[in-house]
Amino acid sequence: MWQFTHILKKELKDYFISPIAYIVISIFLIITGWFFFSTFFLYDQANMRGFFSLLPIIFSFVIPAITMRLFSEELNIGSYEILLTMPVTFSDIIFGKFAAGFVVTGAMLLPTLAYPISIAFIGDLDWGPVIGGYLGALLLGGTFSAIGVFASALTHNQIIAFIMGSAICFVLTLIDKMLFFFPESILNIIEYLGADFHFRNIARGIIDSRDLLYFISVIFISLYSTYLALLKKE
Amino acid sequence: MIHVENLTKYYDSFCAVDQINIDINKGEILGLLGPNGAGKTTTLKMLTGYFKPSAGTIRFNDYDIEENPLEIKQMIGYLPESSPFYKGMLVYDYLEYVSKIKGIKPSDRHPRLRYLADLCGLNHIMHKAIGELSKGLNQRVGLAHAMMNDPEILILDEPTQGLDPNQIVEIRHIIKKIGQEKTVIFSTHILSEAEATCDRIVIINQGKIVADGNTADLKQSSDQKTTIQLSLLNAKAEAVQNTLSAIEGIDKVEQISKTDDGVLRVNAYSSSSADLREKIYTTIKATDWVIIEFLQEAKTLETIFRDLTRQIN
Repeated sequence: MWQFTHILKKELKDYFISPIAYIVISIFLIITGWFFFSTFFLYDQANMRGFFSLLPIIFSFVIPAITMRLFSEELNIGSYEILLTMPVTFSDIIFGKFAAGFVVTGAMLLPTLAYPISIAFIGDLDWGPVIGGYLGALLLGGTFSAIGVFASALTHNQIIAFIMGSAICFVLTLIDKMLFFFPESILNIIEYLGADFHFRNIARGIIDSRDLLYFISVIFISLYSTYLALLKKE
Repeated sequence: MIHVENLTKYYDSFCAVDQINIDINKGEILGLLGPNGAGKTTTLKMLTGYFKPSAGTIRFNDYDIEENPLEIKQMIGYLPESSPFYKGMLVYDYLEYVSKIKGIKPSDRHPRLRYLADLCGLNHIMHKAIGELSKGLNQRVGLAHAMMNDPEILILDEPTQGLDPNQIVEIRHIIKKIGQEKTVIFSTHILSEAEATCDRIVIINQGKIVADGNTADLKQSSDQKTTIQLSLLNAKAEAVQNTLSAIEGIDKVEQISKTDDGVLRVNAYSSSSADLREKIYTTIKATDWVIIEFLQEAKTLETIFRDLTRQIN
């Protein structure tokens, strides 16, 4: 039952003992910090809207970079065989790896809490949207981690896993900005598919069950597809 | 203990393992022999549950590999062919991780790791990254990995590959020791190794079992028992053929080569277990041939292996 925690701990150790986690987190902080604060003082408003509107697009290439190694590396060096012959189930493996990607995403968001705290010192910050934003960011991070895990299970090659993962995340982020390309009859469906659309709803501070359901179902579908992809390798 | 029935594996249309039936008993050391690509590794991978068989069943005691994979994986210790471990991890970290996954109680973990480190000679490399180890040391880490939870069944794919002669002897020793209580299945293409360690030898060729038994059985069942090699001077091929064939017990005489300096090499084959050397000597003494070489080659595992696996290649 708790076998997945051993896999989770092992993956986290890999991330934080090697430089991978630190490099990705630094890049993320530099990019978000730069884009957010370069316009923050011009608008002269004490809110985090600028930060959260950037997040989906940045996440869609940073998170696949975190998750790309989870399965690809094992498939490439062959340790996947050893993993499968140990007393663990597919769900232990998949959930352990997904959880590791998610925890690193959380660790990446943690230092950004310095932004709202410092903004609260210099202006009157409304905490509602900030809390909603962070909740949304965690859901979005979980969703993209699950997609990244799926992409990683498809190939031996980490670079291909990264490109596929980013491509799927980008499409989900941008699809609701391309609505004018689609016929009117399916507009609602397309809009509903967009991760950014749901993220924006939550980041406004409105927690709607439809948005939660969206993220949870994308996570579930991605992890289940991962299971199918691994099953096919037998 | 292990019951394998009609085990078959197809890779697309290529049949790697073809309807294998085998029963393996508790406490047996079974050596799986075969030329490259015979299906040894595929068979082992199916036994460990890593590959799904295309057809057939594998049962361990009362467990079926389809229905109770987790229970079976708990019973098995497996060393894959090239010991592919996480290169970045330290040996100690890796073995600790394995001990957790294999469900060893926290209080038993340390003593178990110590015991395995002593048994496999890992004490001086516990703090090294696996990626830095030589092939032989890597193999020893693999052995410790396989034996972590003291499994009922050990499946080792070419365990002595890449080891130096001293280590090979050590590992054989370990295998023999474990085999006293546990079941060990290992594949190899080193025949002397199989002969020295195994209670039972199974030879696979082109996905089929072509021989199964202990070394003595295999030698008994093989049809040609002895080969006598002769090198003669002053002899005509035809005359030698006729004279030797006339000796009772010799089934076939075959000319191997004739060199420029007049040395004729022949092989005489016999299926009887009687010693024919005296007869041959007296026969040759009556002629004016000169014996340069005279050698009786008993059927070794090597010749049996070659006979059984050659015809198709």
